Amino acid sequence: MSETQSRINDFVLKIATVNGTGSASANGLLMKAMFRMGIPVTGKNLFPSNIQGLPTWYEIRASHDGYMSYLNRVDVMVAMNAQTYQKDLDEVSPGGFLIYDSTWPRERTLARDDITVLGVPLAKICNENFSLARIRVLMKNVAYVGVLVALLDIDLDIMRTLLEETFASKPKLVESNLKAIMLGYEYAANNFTCPLPVRAERMGDNSGNILINGNEAAGLGCVYAGATVGAWYPITPSTGVMDAFTKYCHMFRTDPETGDNLFCIIQAEDELAAAGMVLGANWVGARGFTPTSGPGISLMSEFIGFAYYAEIPSVFIDVQRVGPSTGMPTRTQQCDVMLCAYASHGDTRHPILFPANPHECFTMAVTAFDLAERLQTPVFMLSDLDIGMNDWMVPELTWDDNYRPDRGKVLGPKDLAKMDRFVRYLDVDGDGITYRTLPGEDPKGAYFVRGSGHNRYGAYTEDSDAYQDVIDRLLVKWETAKTVVPDAVISKANQPTRLGIIAYGSSDGAVIEARDRLEEQGIHANYLRIRAFPFTREVMDFLHDHDTVFVVEQNRDAQMKSLLMLEYNHIADRLVSILHYNGMPISSEYVVRDVSKQVNPEAAA
Amino acid sequence: MSFIKRPKFDLPGQKLNEIGLALRDYEGTMSTLCAGCGHDSITAALIQALWEMSIAPEQLIKLSGIGCSSKTPAYFVHGAHGFNSVHGRMPSVATGALAGNRDLIGIGVSGDGDSLSIGFGQFGHVIRRNVNMLYLIENNGVYALTKGQFSASADAGSTSKKGEVNQMHNINAVATAISMGASFVGRSFSGDREQLVPMLKAAIAHPGCAVVDVISPCVTFNNHEGSTKSYTYTREHKMRVTETDLIPVRSEITASYYAGDTYPVRLHDGSTILLRKVDPDYDPTRRNNALGFLERYRHRGEIVTGLLFIDQNVPDMHVQSRTVDTPLKALGFDRLNPGSEVLAKLQQGMK
Repeated sequence: MSETQSRINDFVLKIATVNGTGSASANGLLMKAMFRMGIPVTGKNLFPSNIQGLPTWYEIRASHDGYMSYLNRVDVMVAMNAQTYQKDLDEVSPGGFLIYDSTWPRERTLARDDITVLGVPLAKICNENFSLARIRVLMKNVAYVGVLVALLDIDLDIMRTLLEETFASKPKLVESNLKAIMLGYEYAANNFTCPLPVRAERMGDNSGNILINGNEAAGLGCVYAGATVGAWYPITPSTGVMDAFTKYCHMFRTDPETGDNLFCIIQAEDELAAAGMVLGANWVGARGFTPTSGPGISLMSEFIGFAYYAEIPSVFIDVQRVGPSTGMPTRTQQCDVMLCAYASHGDTRHPILFPANPHECFTMAVTAFDLAERLQTPVFMLSDLDIGMNDWMVPELTWDDNYRPDRGKVLGPKDLAKMDRFVRYLDVDGDGITYRTLPGEDPKGAYFVRGSGHNRYGAYTEDSDAYQDVIDRLLVKWETAKTVVPDAVISKANQPTRLGIIAYGSSDGAVIEARDRLEEQGIHANYLRIRAFPFTREVMDFLHDHDTVFVVEQNRDAQMKSLLMLEYNHIADRLVSILHYNGMPISSEYVVRDVSKQVNPEAAA
Repeated sequence: MSFIKRPKFDLPGQKLNEIGLALRDYEGTMSTLCAGCGHDSITAALIQALWEMSIAPEQLIKLSGIGCSSKTPAYFVHGAHGFNSVHGRMPSVATGALAGNRDLIGIGVSGDGDSLSIGFGQFGHVIRRNVNMLYLIENNGVYALTKGQFSASADAGSTSKKGEVNQMHNINAVATAISMGASFVGRSFSGDREQLVPMLKAAIAHPGCAVVDVISPCVTFNNHEGSTKSYTYTREHKMRVTETDLIPVRSEITASYYAGDTYPVRLHDGSTILLRKVDPDYDPTRRNNALGFLERYRHRGEIVTGLLFIDQNVPDMHVQSRTVDTPLKALGFDRLNPGSEVLAKLQQGMK
C-alpha cells in the first residue's frame, strides 16, 4: 500500500454505507461534481446480492492522468456503516483519512496512528435539523457529501447546480438537500483544517465526455441498432441492459399520435424461452436480442447451437459475473469466454465482441446486430459487471445519421421472381454465407428451418456427404467472419521491444496504466487489445513479433490464452498468463507486479 | 410410411377457394409417419381448414418442437415457412416470430411429450401471454420415436404395449390450459374430421392462443387393449359437449343460428364462431364450470370433446404490450432510430 501524501486530483475516495439508505444518489452527486470540475473520474459499486440492510461500498477514483483502472488503495474513507468499521479502517492507506459518524463513541481498540481519523456527529446534526425519521436517515448521507465538499475542496456552486438539476421538479427537495450539505460543510469547515492535502482542484474540460455505465450504453445501442424485440429473463448483472432498452424505447419509440409502441419487450419465463424468442424474431426479419449473464448462457446453449446450425441471426449480450454456478452474482469476472466461443453441443463456434468500456458497449451493440445478420449466426457481446454496472467516464457517444443496418443476404419477392427456384443453404458467392428469405413475403421463398441434418438445399438429410458439405461450408463462413469483425487495437511502446501484452474487455484500463508504470521501471511492452473472436490477422502477427506475450485476463483458467493456443498452437509457448479472478476488478498494480516479477525475477525478489 | 408419390398436376374441374387455390396447394411433402397414424388425419383436417379459410400460404408460419407430431409441419402448406425447433421450445420461437411480425398466422404443432413434459413451462407461458396462434397438441400418450415410453398424458392405470401399468396421474392438457388462463381450448379426436375441421377454423380465427388437444392414436405403440388413447377406446368413450362452426366475416348470421342452445361468439375481425351446446349442463364461457365438468367426466373415464372454453376478450400479447399495428419487422429504420441530435441532447444529462 503506497502512502497517501499530497494528492491533488489523484486519489481514491471510498464510502461505506448500508444497502437501501439512498447513498447511491449522494455518491452520484460527489462523482458528478468532480466530473464537472474537469477531473477524470470513475465510480465503482461494491454491493451485496441483497435488497436492503447489508454493507455496500462506492469508490470514486479521481485521476488527473485519466486512468480508469481499479486501484488497491483508499486515500479517504467515509465509514458510515458500524458493521464494517473495522474492515474499513484497515483498508485506509497509510497517511490517509477516515471520516466517521461520531454521534456514538467508537471502540478505543479500533484505532490506527498512521492515518487521520475525523469524527463528524452526522446523525446528531441531522436529528437536530430534520424531523421525520426517514428524512433523517437520507439526509445523513447527504450531510457527508457536505463534509467531503469542504475537506476535498469540491466546488460548492457546482454542487448547488447539481441539486437544482436533480430535483428540478421538486424544489422543496433542493432546499432540504442543500441544507444537509451545508450542515456537513460547516461542521467540517469549523472543526478541521480544510481542505485536506488530498483534494480536488478544477482542471481541464470534460465537456466532450459523459458519465455512463455499460448496461445503459448497451441498451441504448440496441435502440440505435433498430432492435425491436427484446426478450429476457432478469439476472444480475445484466438487468440494466433491458431496463435501459425499455426506458429509451419509451422515450424514443412510441408513436406520438397513437401512443403505440414500436417495439415489443417480453419478459420470458426463463433464459431458454428468451433465446427462442430472439431466434423467432430474427427469423421473421425483426432485430431481436437478449441480455443475460453466464448462467443464462448455460441455459440458452441449446438454442445457440440451433441458431448456429440453422443459421439464424441472433444477438446475445452477456454481462459476465463470477462463476461457476451461481457464483458471486455481484462480483466481476471475464469467465464466459470459452463458454460463449463454443456454446452448445456438436461442432459450434461463435463470433464474440469484447467491449472495454461503456462507449464500446454502445458501438459494439450496433456492430453485433450487423454481424449477426451479415453472418447469419449468433453473435455475442461479452461485457462484464465492472463495465456494465459501474460508472465510467467516456468520450461522448456519436451517431452517423447515414448509417443503415446491414441486413445481410436477404431475398425479397422481387429477387425471387428472377429465380427458377430458391434454396436456403447454397453457397453462391463462395464466402460461406447463403441467402435467406423472410416468412410472410413470398411462397416461392418458403423453406424449412431445422436443427436436424440438412443438405445445401435445406432438405432433411442423413446422407454423410450432404451433411458434411454443410458443416464444412460453415467453416468457410468462419473464415469470412475473421475479415468482418472489429480489428484489434495496438499500442506500441516508446521503444522497440520483444515483450507484448494482450488483454481484452475490462482488463484494458489496468493494462494501460500498468504499461506507464512498467515503463518507469524500464520495462517496455507493446499492447494489443483483442476486440473480437475469431481473431483478426493482426493478432497472429503480434504473436509472431514478440518473444513473450503476457495475456491478462480475469478468470482462473486462462480462457483467452486457451483460445489463442487453439488457434496458434505453434507459438503457444510464448504466451504467459496474468490471471486475476477474486471477483474484484483487476488493478493496475496487480499487472505491474506480475509482469515485473516475470521479466525481472531477481529484482522482484 | 407410404412410398407412393402422388402425381403433381392440376386436375380439371378441381375446386378453388376464394384466393384461387386448390386443396393441393395446401399440401406439403409426403408424410413419413406410420400408415394409419392419427397425426396424418389431423394434417388432412388442417389442410382442409386452411383451404376453406382461403389463407395465403405465405401468410402462414408453421412451427414445431421434436417428436412425431413435430414432423408434421413439413406435410402441409409447402408455400409457408416452417420452423422445426428444439424439444419443447416451439412456443418461445412462435412468440418471438409473432412479436416480430404480427400479421403472420402462426400454427404450432406439438405433442404430449413436447408440451406436457419438456415443454410444460413454455406451454403454460405462451397461454398466459395469449400469443395469437393455433397451438395444436397431437396427443397419443406415448413417446413413439423412442419406442413406447409413457408420456405425461397417459392415464393412470393404462398399460404400455409391453404391459407396464402407468402409476402416475396424467397431466390433462385442456384442464391445464383452462386453469392457466387460456382464451380458447378445444379437444377433438383425429378420427372425427367432422368435428375437427370446424374447430381448427375457429381456433385459427380466434384472436389469441387457441389450444386444441387432439387425441391422435399411435398405431405402433399405443393402440392396444389397455391403452386409453387407442382408436377403439377413444371412439367408445368420447363425448361431445359442444359443436362449433366458423362463420367468415362476409357471411350474414341468420336467425336460425340462434335457435336452441346455439349462440354466436363474435370475433374482433368480424367473423363469428357459432357454438352449439350438445350437453345443456356445459358452459364453455365459464372457467369453473368447464373445469368442474372436465374433472367429473375424467373420473368416469369419458373423453369430453368440443370447444371447451372460449373468452375472445382476453387481450393478446400485442394488445398487452400496446404494439403498433404495423409488423415490427416492416418498420422503416428512420422510425426506429432516434438519430444523432437526440443522442447529443440525451447526453446533456450524463454530464
